[in-house]
Amino acid sequence: MSEAVDHPYRERRGVLRGLWASRKGRGLIYQVLLFSVLLLLILILVSNAFYNMEQRGLKAGFGFLNRTAGFGIVQSLVSYEETSTYGRAFVVALLNTILVASIGVVLATMLGFVIGVMRLSPNWMIARIATIYVETFRNIPLLLQILFWYVAILKPLPAPIDLFQQGESFFLSFNNRGLVFATPLPQAGFSLVLWALSLAVLASIAWSWYARRRQLQKGDQLPVLWPCLAGIVGLPFAVFLLLGLPLDFVPPVMARFTYEGGSTVVIEFFALLWALVIYTAAFIADIVRAGIQGIPYGQSEAAYSLGLKRTQTLKLVTIPQALRIIIPPLTSQYLNLTKNSSLAAAIAYPDLVSVFAGTALSQTGRAIEIMFMTLSVYLSLSLLTSLAMNIYQRRTQLVER
Amino acid sequence: MVGLGQVFLLWLRENLFFSWRNGVLSVVVGGFLLWIIFLLGDWFFLSATWSGGIEDCRMRQDGACWPFVRVRFSQFVYGFYPSVERWRVNVVMFVFFTGIALLVWERTPWRGKIVLFMLCVFPLASWFLMRGGFFGLADVSTGRWGGFMLTLVLASVGIVTSLPFGILLALGRRAESLPFVKAFCVVFIEFWRGVPVITVLFATAFMLPLFMPASVNFDQLLRAMVGFILFSSAYMAEVVRGGLEGLQRGQYEASDALGMTYWQSRIRVILPQALKIMIPGILLTFIGLFKDTTLVLIIGLLDFLGMIQAGISDPRWGAPNVPFTGYAFAAVVYFCFCYSMSLYARHIEKKFSAGRDRRH
Repeated sequence: MSEAVDHPYRERRGVLRGLWASRKGRGLIYQVLLFSVLLLLILILVSNAFYNMEQRGLKAGFGFLNRTAGFGIVQSLVSYEETSTYGRAFVVALLNTILVASIGVVLATMLGFVIGVMRLSPNWMIARIATIYVETFRNIPLLLQILFWYVAILKPLPAPIDLFQQGESFFLSFNNRGLVFATPLPQAGFSLVLWALSLAVLASIAWSWYARRRQLQKGDQLPVLWPCLAGIVGLPFAVFLLLGLPLDFVPPVMARFTYEGGSTVVIEFFALLWALVIYTAAFIADIVRAGIQGIPYGQSEAAYSLGLKRTQTLKLVTIPQALRIIIPPLTSQYLNLTKNSSLAAAIAYPDLVSVFAGTALSQTGRAIEIMFMTLSVYLSLSLLTSLAMNIYQRRTQLVER
Repeated sequence: MVGLGQVFLLWLRENLFFSWRNGVLSVVVGGFLLWIIFLLGDWFFLSATWSGGIEDCRMRQDGACWPFVRVRFSQFVYGFYPSVERWRVNVVMFVFFTGIALLVWERTPWRGKIVLFMLCVFPLASWFLMRGGFFGLADVSTGRWGGFMLTLVLASVGIVTSLPFGILLALGRRAESLPFVKAFCVVFIEFWRGVPVITVLFATAFMLPLFMPASVNFDQLLRAMVGFILFSSAYMAEVVRGGLEGLQRGQYEASDALGMTYWQSRIRVILPQALKIMIPGILLTFIGLFKDTTLVLIIGLLDFLGMIQAGISDPRWGAPNVPFTGYAFAAVVYFCFCYSMSLYARHIEKKFSAGRDRRH
């Protein structure tokens, strides 16, 4: 009788011991353990969430996106009223994030490349200035920089009301409300100018393609940059002049405390953009420097002995090779810039976090849905980027010897 | 014998005036730099207000307003920590900085034990000391913590807790034979690295109360800490992964061949070597974390920057030179900490690998 009780117990113990003795078995135990702990955790959290939401009278769901938001947004790229829905507010906020991030990426890249190349300059003074720039701006928190530009530099600018002492209206001004300018109103025939512009762009693309082909075939270089620029600027401008300036402007005019009419790019945009560009450029400069230094010095020596100048060597030999090292960390800096643009919440630039995860969340109390949407935007952005990076790395690795 | 003057002239010719264009450039840029240094020096020192109060600052607006910093200095450091209890914070900070100094100096005996003390015993001890509520120590709620002390607390908690989590996550991510563990680690790391820090803080500040039983009450500081731990573990995991991948395969194979189990091999062979490679990376993560602590300002905690921002917004201190002074002071403090850490990281990196120093 006692045997019958004892036996299965011993056997079970033996099975576990047997599992534990082999590496595979231990792995299985770890996995099962992690899985059950996670499952338990999720169950507890979800049941808590359901209970708490019931207590607060909240119902899960995205229905609130169709309700009227009831708050204003100081800057929107698409039409937005206080009577618009939360869904519309989400779109407006997302576009504001994309706006500041995309302009920031372009400017930070340009500034970063210039500073990075400056750091490698044979001129001691130039190299030193670039180093000071990088070390200073990299080691000061971004939020501090944003607040500095916003509170200490841009907010003390003159108010728009002060500008009216010179006259009843103005055409363009940069004041403590932002960049305020007369709104352009296209008149009849303006679409022809746009057509001319697109024609010039197409012609430029065709011309540079032809020039490239010719260089590959015959070896001589046709001028590309200046003719294309002249075409893209000149042709639409000529059409514009010929049609007799078909563009009207609605200037901002004095109102009781401020101004009416005109268009505004809010000052918070400039504070955020400026700080993001300065901060990110310091990181990009370091990446560019490391990338160029990663190319064997023999490449530069060979270019110099072929008679290329320093700028030509950089442009034609070093940087194209360095790009393979530069681009992966560069894209992660772009991603950082985009994520950092969420610091807009500190100065109330109406970006995704400030408007949607801030105002909309506190008005509706729908923390889970709103955080889910906000996090998925950033997450899908970074997943897409890392996917693109993996593809890029795979392709450049093939070129490697 | 070449005189020192000649050497200097030679250096000038080789580094600043090696062509006429570079000569002009050097003069222009150098002049610009001197002008900036003069402007800053004048603003911060010569034309600055050093004593008195806000009235003196308003009288003399073309220079820094140092009374602002002097009057509020203790708030910048301790936040709203009661002044009679501040010795506790002083003790903690003294031990903290002494420990760091001992660790940086390479000939300190028992460095390993000091590391263990700083990572395991010290954080808990200092938490209880600053929190109080036992042995007759007055209870100081975390709501009164603030200023530089809060900055240090947040950054240290982030780094200390992220190390073990980061190591586990990195090991899990490299565990090819455990698909579920690996998938979990990848998702965890990529999720927290993929979203902005401020949304993590928002999420823990607003969502944590929803997911907790009603009886558990997390205060604001704890919620922020949970956020910091989550994303700093993910960042740390990537640093550790870099260290693990930097090791030669032979190390793994040799420890396997000796018949070591997985954990024996990791603890005795792999991690001691990998951790050494990782020190610069850990320091860089710490710098990032240190800078990111400023973000708690947005969810309403007053860290060092938050205290300065609160001081600047105080209408009693309304003068045009006050914001500039406050931000400059904050910038100098953050810069000193971050820059010295990055110098130390570079020093260690150089010690481990001789770098090339040829210019393009």
